Amino acid sequence: MRARRTFAKWLVVLAVLHGIVVCAGFFAPYDPVEQDRKSPYLPPVRLHLVDAQGHLHFRPFVFSLKSREGSFDQYEEDTSEPHPVTFFQSGARYRLVGFLPCRRHLFGAANARIYLLGTDAYGRDQFSRFLFGGQVSLLAGLLGAGLTLLIGLGIGAAAGYYGGWTDGLLMRLAELFLALPWLYLLFALRAFLPLAVSPVEAFFLVIGVIGMVGWARPARLVRGVVLSAKERDYVRAARGFGASPGYLLRHHILPETYSVLLTQAAILIPQYVLAEMALSFLGLGVPEPVPTWGNLLSSLQHYSVLVSYWWMYLPALLIVPFFLGYLGLASSLQEREEAYKIESWSPGSLT
Amino acid sequence: MKNGTVSHSCCRMLLFPLLVYAVLFTHPALARPQQQNTKEELLAVPGEIGRSGGRLVVALRGEPKTLNPLIAVDTRSREVIGVMQADLVHINRATQMTELALAKSWKVSPNGLEYTVVLRKGIKFSDGQPLDADDVLFTFRVYLDENVHASQRDFLVVGGKPIVVRKLDQQTIVFQLAKTYGAGERLFDGMAILPRHLLEKPYQEGKLAQMGTLATAANQWGGLGPFRLKEYVAGQRLVLERNPYYWKTDAKGNRLPYLDELVYLFVQNADAQVLKFQSGETDVISQTGAENFAALSRQQHGYTMTDAGPGLEYYFLFFNLSEPGEKTSAEMRQKQKWFREVKFRQAVSAAVDRDAIVRLVYQGHGAPLWGLVAPGNRRWGDEKLARPPRSLDRARALLKEAGFSWSDGPNGESTLLDADGKPVEFSIVTSSSNANFSKIAALIQDDLKQLGMRVQVVPLEFRSLLDRVTQSKEYEACVMGLASYDADPNSDMNVWLSSGGTHFWNPSQAHPATTWEAEIDHLMEEQMWAGTFEQRKKLYDRAQEILAQEQPIIFLASPHILVGAKNVVGNFHPAVLEPYVLWNVEQLYFKAGPVNATR
Repeated sequence: MRARRTFAKWLVVLAVLHGIVVCAGFFAPYDPVEQDRKSPYLPPVRLHLVDAQGHLHFRPFVFSLKSREGSFDQYEEDTSEPHPVTFFQSGARYRLVGFLPCRRHLFGAANARIYLLGTDAYGRDQFSRFLFGGQVSLLAGLLGAGLTLLIGLGIGAAAGYYGGWTDGLLMRLAELFLALPWLYLLFALRAFLPLAVSPVEAFFLVIGVIGMVGWARPARLVRGVVLSAKERDYVRAARGFGASPGYLLRHHILPETYSVLLTQAAILIPQYVLAEMALSFLGLGVPEPVPTWGNLLSSLQHYSVLVSYWWMYLPALLIVPFFLGYLGLASSLQEREEAYKIESWSPGSLT
Repeated sequence: MKNGTVSHSCCRMLLFPLLVYAVLFTHPALARPQQQNTKEELLAVPGEIGRSGGRLVVALRGEPKTLNPLIAVDTRSREVIGVMQADLVHINRATQMTELALAKSWKVSPNGLEYTVVLRKGIKFSDGQPLDADDVLFTFRVYLDENVHASQRDFLVVGGKPIVVRKLDQQTIVFQLAKTYGAGERLFDGMAILPRHLLEKPYQEGKLAQMGTLATAANQWGGLGPFRLKEYVAGQRLVLERNPYYWKTDAKGNRLPYLDELVYLFVQNADAQVLKFQSGETDVISQTGAENFAALSRQQHGYTMTDAGPGLEYYFLFFNLSEPGEKTSAEMRQKQKWFREVKFRQAVSAAVDRDAIVRLVYQGHGAPLWGLVAPGNRRWGDEKLARPPRSLDRARALLKEAGFSWSDGPNGESTLLDADGKPVEFSIVTSSSNANFSKIAALIQDDLKQLGMRVQVVPLEFRSLLDRVTQSKEYEACVMGLASYDADPNSDMNVWLSSGGTHFWNPSQAHPATTWEAEIDHLMEEQMWAGTFEQRKKLYDRAQEILAQEQPIIFLASPHILVGAKNVVGNFHPAVLEPYVLWNVEQLYFKAGPVNATR
């Protein structure tokens, strides 16, 4: 029971986080590619409740920032006029959940801009970029993991069920895939592709690449489960009644692999999000100006950014809850699986 | 001359070889300095009187390839060779004018065809061997020998004929030119005078190219520069020591250089260079990017960062205007139709926010640019050149005139369509070696989005980028940067001439593809042979105006030269010409102070 509760808890956490990312347009105040060229490297905005005269306001407000005379990235607050934070304000156009045209944003300010996480080198809002970047990175992780599991399931089931030389061949192939230095292969692969790849093409390319890479491990796990499942009594019985291999796999053997696949998914998704980030960080992923989590962090490659603009690290911190959610889910799945095993096996073992 | 100039400066400016030599080091047998010879005709240079001693450490981005001036093409080798060798007449990096070096005097004949150079007496190479006219004769014989393939040769072929060098006596040499040469004695700058006693035998054996590797024993190599080879540790450092026979003195007659040693540390990249400087391992830093400059300026402990002002570097955007070949795709032909439309290029130029580039990429340490002549060049800029501010309206009007139109998308974004109704989309390739390139391209991408153009930015490794642009020509548009090595227009000949290898938009043409390119060719050739500065300037101004009208290259911005030095380094006067901080290395010294005491 406890395992089921923690499972539900993590599922809710992930659902909320993904909900925010899916509705990025609503939660993000600005267009993620819009450049505010007057405000490069603006630090995160400060929300105030008390104004310059000492009056308390119940609605939080911000002061607009203006750059200090003769400096590039030093700003000071213009305390002459407070700009109250407004909610459900109309702003940049976006499409909610990908298709509903919309202009409402959760928050904003009438005559000032609210950069919750500051801005980057081009004056783009880091917070909006983080949310929209999540759409790309998380989707890449989900689709990539899905692709991997599909390939892993197919190959693992074939190897486990048919055995013999099929098994030998497929498993040697899996070992080869485990041993290849993938990052270098990716570099080589990118060199063969056409020069300019549109963001959409690049996105599917990234998914394809990371999806194809990791099938070996789930395939071996699935093979193990299939190997043991196909010797179960009820499977033998079904075979005795003349069931075809396809029927056996579909109805008796593959259902046994679902819990393994679920756990693998929960482990693979964050891994693949990370892989997408690594590719984008190295400039092999979805190209700028499309935001992805990797693109957001790639400016940290430069020493001057590392030492000068601390808010450029913030996206890295905000990614943590997503990863925690997935890993929590994976561990509760594992626990549930074990609890389930004990529950379902104990009566049998007693007799 | 034409072709030659191209290859020479192309190499000088663009090539960053990656070869690493695995070598064994042989310890040098050091020559003992001799008593100062009273007959020596030394050159006294003005400037602060310094103190002798100390070792100056500077970081070099990667290893130099060679110490041999005949085969050096990469910037790092040239930087190191620059402090080990000397020329007859030298361009002062601060004043950008020529001044006497190994020559005690030079005289030009009234028809401008004969240069008579008198050498200083009693000058010795760094190994103690005397210099005389035979060394100069030997040097130019080697430079002009086609079998040697010296990059200097191209400069010494004036008007299609090699310069004829004659010896009058042991100190006097006459250079005979076939045609008057506009830049005059600037010709001699960088022509290192080679030691005949060391190189004549290898030359006769045809082994000159093998000479001067970094592994050369210190006593097997010599020059006339302020420093000579001491030690090379592969992958780590190159140590040079004071040349005791150097021919310059300070105003009080103390022999230069002041420093005992000059050490080049090899580092991987700009960030490593910054870290070494910040930790005090190196004493001076140059070619600092604006962001690193700002980071270093924020916490100046014992060092000072200086903005030396506008340099001769220029950044630009250009489209592929090369002749379509058999392999050129239909899509590319369609795109080139836009690129060949001058109003299209003018519209792009009008839409580019040059001020934003200066502010966001150079953090204000730069200047917007509308022509080839960077603001650091004091004499050659055309003041009449139009410098229109950014105007999207003008850009739209120009595109409309050229037959382009717009269609509105569902999200309120508009797409630019050409006369055939095809959306205008292209990619900009740029170098991934420097974050500034990608930044500039990203800004242009956003600028052009406002005209309805869909632009993609593709960062490429520098070598493959250059290969695409100059060889395979498989690209659509490109953002690139160049640094002129001299303020004289002749240094950018390879960009101007249609036959030039770095005539980027359509390099190495057999015949000028357009009438305006033919006119620029003509103007540039003519200014090369024109007698006076005024004549040359007039021709050059006209060429600049044509370039501004036709916009084959859309000039963007020119960064300032950003440098820094420890406060204990004396006589530190950064220049806007290469080498930015070490051009007066013989005069640099360490002021008395606690830091110096540990040295």
